[in-house]
Amino acid sequence: MFAFIVRRLFGAVAMLMIVSMVTFGIFFLLPKLAGQTTDQLAASYAGKAPTQEAITDIKERLGLDDPIAVQYGRFVKGIVAGQDFSNGPSVMHCDAPCLGYSFRNSEPVLPTLLDRAPVTLSLAAGAAVIWLVVGVGIGIISALRRGSLFDRLAMMTALAGVSLPIYFTGLVSLAVFAYGLKLWPNGVAYTSFLDNPVDWAYNLILPWVTLAFLYAALYARLTRAGMLETLNEDYIRTARAKGLPERTVITKHALRASLTPILTVFGLDLGLLLGGAVLTEKTFGFAGLGALSIDSIESGDLPMVMGVVLLATVFIVLASLIVDILYAVVDPRVRLN
Amino acid sequence: MKKIKIGASLAVGAVLAAGLTACGGDSESGTSGSAAKADAANTAVVNASDKKGGNLRYAMSSDWDSPDPGDTYYAFSWNFARNYARALTTFKNAPGNDNLEVVPDLAESLGTPSDGGKTWTYKIRKGVKFDDGTEVTSKDVKYAVERSNFTSELQLGPKYFKQYLVDNPGGYKGPYKDKSEEGLKSIETPDDHTIVFHLNTPFSEFDYLGTMPQTAPVPRAKDTGVNYKKEIVSSGPYKVDSYVPGKEMKLSRNQHWDASTDPLRKALPDTISVALNQNQDDIDNRLMSGALDVDLAGAGLATAAQPKALGNAAQKNHTDVATSNSLTYMTISTKVAPFDNPACRKAVQYAVDKVSVQTGLGGPLAGGEIATTVLPPSVTGYEKFDLYPSANNAGDPAKAKEQLAECGQPNGFTTTLTARADRPKEMAAAQAIQQGLAKAGIKVEIKSYPSGDYFTKYAGAPSFVKSNKVGLSMMKWGADWPSGFGFLQQIVDSRSIKPAGNTNLSETDIKAVDDLFDASTQENDTAKRNAMYGQVDKAVMESGDIVPLTYSNQLLYRPDTISNVFVSAAYSGMYDYLNLGVK
Repeated sequence: MFAFIVRRLFGAVAMLMIVSMVTFGIFFLLPKLAGQTTDQLAASYAGKAPTQEAITDIKERLGLDDPIAVQYGRFVKGIVAGQDFSNGPSVMHCDAPCLGYSFRNSEPVLPTLLDRAPVTLSLAAGAAVIWLVVGVGIGIISALRRGSLFDRLAMMTALAGVSLPIYFTGLVSLAVFAYGLKLWPNGVAYTSFLDNPVDWAYNLILPWVTLAFLYAALYARLTRAGMLETLNEDYIRTARAKGLPERTVITKHALRASLTPILTVFGLDLGLLLGGAVLTEKTFGFAGLGALSIDSIESGDLPMVMGVVLLATVFIVLASLIVDILYAVVDPRVRLN
Repeated sequence: MKKIKIGASLAVGAVLAAGLTACGGDSESGTSGSAAKADAANTAVVNASDKKGGNLRYAMSSDWDSPDPGDTYYAFSWNFARNYARALTTFKNAPGNDNLEVVPDLAESLGTPSDGGKTWTYKIRKGVKFDDGTEVTSKDVKYAVERSNFTSELQLGPKYFKQYLVDNPGGYKGPYKDKSEEGLKSIETPDDHTIVFHLNTPFSEFDYLGTMPQTAPVPRAKDTGVNYKKEIVSSGPYKVDSYVPGKEMKLSRNQHWDASTDPLRKALPDTISVALNQNQDDIDNRLMSGALDVDLAGAGLATAAQPKALGNAAQKNHTDVATSNSLTYMTISTKVAPFDNPACRKAVQYAVDKVSVQTGLGGPLAGGEIATTVLPPSVTGYEKFDLYPSANNAGDPAKAKEQLAECGQPNGFTTTLTARADRPKEMAAAQAIQQGLAKAGIKVEIKSYPSGDYFTKYAGAPSFVKSNKVGLSMMKWGADWPSGFGFLQQIVDSRSIKPAGNTNLSETDIKAVDDLFDASTQENDTAKRNAMYGQVDKAVMESGDIVPLTYSNQLLYRPDTISNVFVSAAYSGMYDYLNLGVK
């Protein structure tokens, strides 16, 4: 087990390096291939109709004309040894691991990521609990009562959940519950759990439910399909023939076997969401990692984009690792070595 | 492609959401605010009140360029900054065109010109304090101008002071590089409450430059350069408790602000909060349900919310169609044949179907009112006239053909029209122009370029214009300050023609126009100056160099939750943020 984890962590570091190089390459090379010059990039850091003198100043300050290898080297050096940045009257040191400095926001990347991460974590974790409980629960019941009215209604709702995008359900839920029924008369705005746990949950209910609606629908269908397939297996018939109670057959035999694919998907889904629940955050105006990534891409803030991408990679790699470990727990046939 | 799909779906969702909100939306409550009719805030103060307290809630779908008063260029930012930054002068807190009047703010009175308008002296009010309790001095104002105009770090704001102030021998490098006490020699501070600006040319509108937040004092010891936007030292009634880029700003009362030093501000709310990067459709829904007070950007309701606001009588009463001080227009290059002949330019003036153009720009609401003058109505010096009338503004091909015959092109000709590829409405307007001119026999080929390069390499580079025979160019322009000079000088003064980054796209070169600008910079009588701007407008239109298309406007929404609401003509037709209160 230990060797497995160490091996995977080394793999993760290699993955992060590759991802950082690819992201860097995309941001530097693609715009150039499309004809964008460093003058234009510099102009985006200046006001209306900047002079050539201003553009030259900006290029010099941000090192935009340096070769890509030099700029990437500077980024890697910052992670290992930290970096200095001039803010005008003085020089600011960004301690290692310095993931870069956002010239748009005038702040180091890492503290921004750490500031935004709790928003996304709160959103993803709460929604995950809801969709797992509701989605898997409905899936099981639907499978057991296949063809019943409940099954049909549940699957129709699930179909709607899968089909309706979050920016639609989010806006509609805000319009109905927040501004129409005045359950959230001032709208929703993220409050830190540490500041006020009740407000935290109150403000997150709508985003949680909206996000969970989509995923619960997916998981209900996935669980139902898995359960139906498993319930037709020979060993289930054997278990029933042995005279085991139906509850034992369902929970210990059928559900356990159906959980493996759900666990796989759940790990990846959660990892992706932790990297940024982009649509939910933008719809509800939450300043999480997803919103940060989109805003940074729109404003061409490469250091911030790099930071978000790397953090998202870490989440996905970690989530995959945890899922692999959990396989062994859920399915005794799996051995990590 | 994905972005477009998301945007379209968002719009659909927003429309449905807006409809659903309408069921539970607010209704008439019989207060003075609800009694106010549509467009009331264009000419009067709605919900006038001196009631203090509460939290004034702003939101915006994007972020600032920077809230640092010395490093920002957005009109909403200049408008809002007055809560925490007192510039030398500002605009009168009054609705309608009275708002265009410049009044003293940090200064005791407007500037005193001398030396034929090349020297401007201001007396700073005594007793004005920063939020740390120290008194504001003239040195803080001098430092603010130096840092905002002469450093390479702060590049987001305009550089008018750098343009107009006498430079040091060898060139002043700004206070971050030049640590000398003297700094820029052309700004003198003979005592703590006097500041003197020495200009390189007479400039009668220097008081307008004083309205820019760049003249709001910054204490040298507290300046943290590009980080100052997060550590702003306030000189206004509110201090900035926090600004988190991309997230929020929070303000609370500056305990050291003294109302006796500030006759302009009421300082009504206890706190002000700004939520950033919010969903625009949600912002509109929140405004209409009273869950939000102000959309900080001031650009009006998005397309999805407009039908709901205008389709319901109660909601419509909360709206104001406000004119911004910008103009969408097309320039005609006076240096490219056959447009070097005025009659050919006039043929285009008559041929353009402005109604189709307006539709292309988004209709009367989103696209604006049809324009016939270069100066928009909300800029001082505006006079209403139309030198090229046509029935219903739909163009007059017959008159256009008469002009074509006069300029020796009776069978028409072919020319090129440039537009910005990433501005779909501008592209649609260009196509409408293309169709209108075709009726008169002028064949137009549209060439589109990215907006980032439009002025530096294409339409704004005269050599490119000539070598590629660009006869026509799409353009939109807003004034940095709402006077005829602020609006016109950069687009029709021959001396503003630059080899790159040019904004006088038509390369208008009319001696009478240049002379009027020169005369206006030395004319201290505002009425006489304004008359000159009207003359410039007429001269340019007579020459036919510019085809005005629409005066831009926006559909604003004022919820019943706020007081002292009126449209600011000075700040591009958004609400005036100086004295808003919580009702």
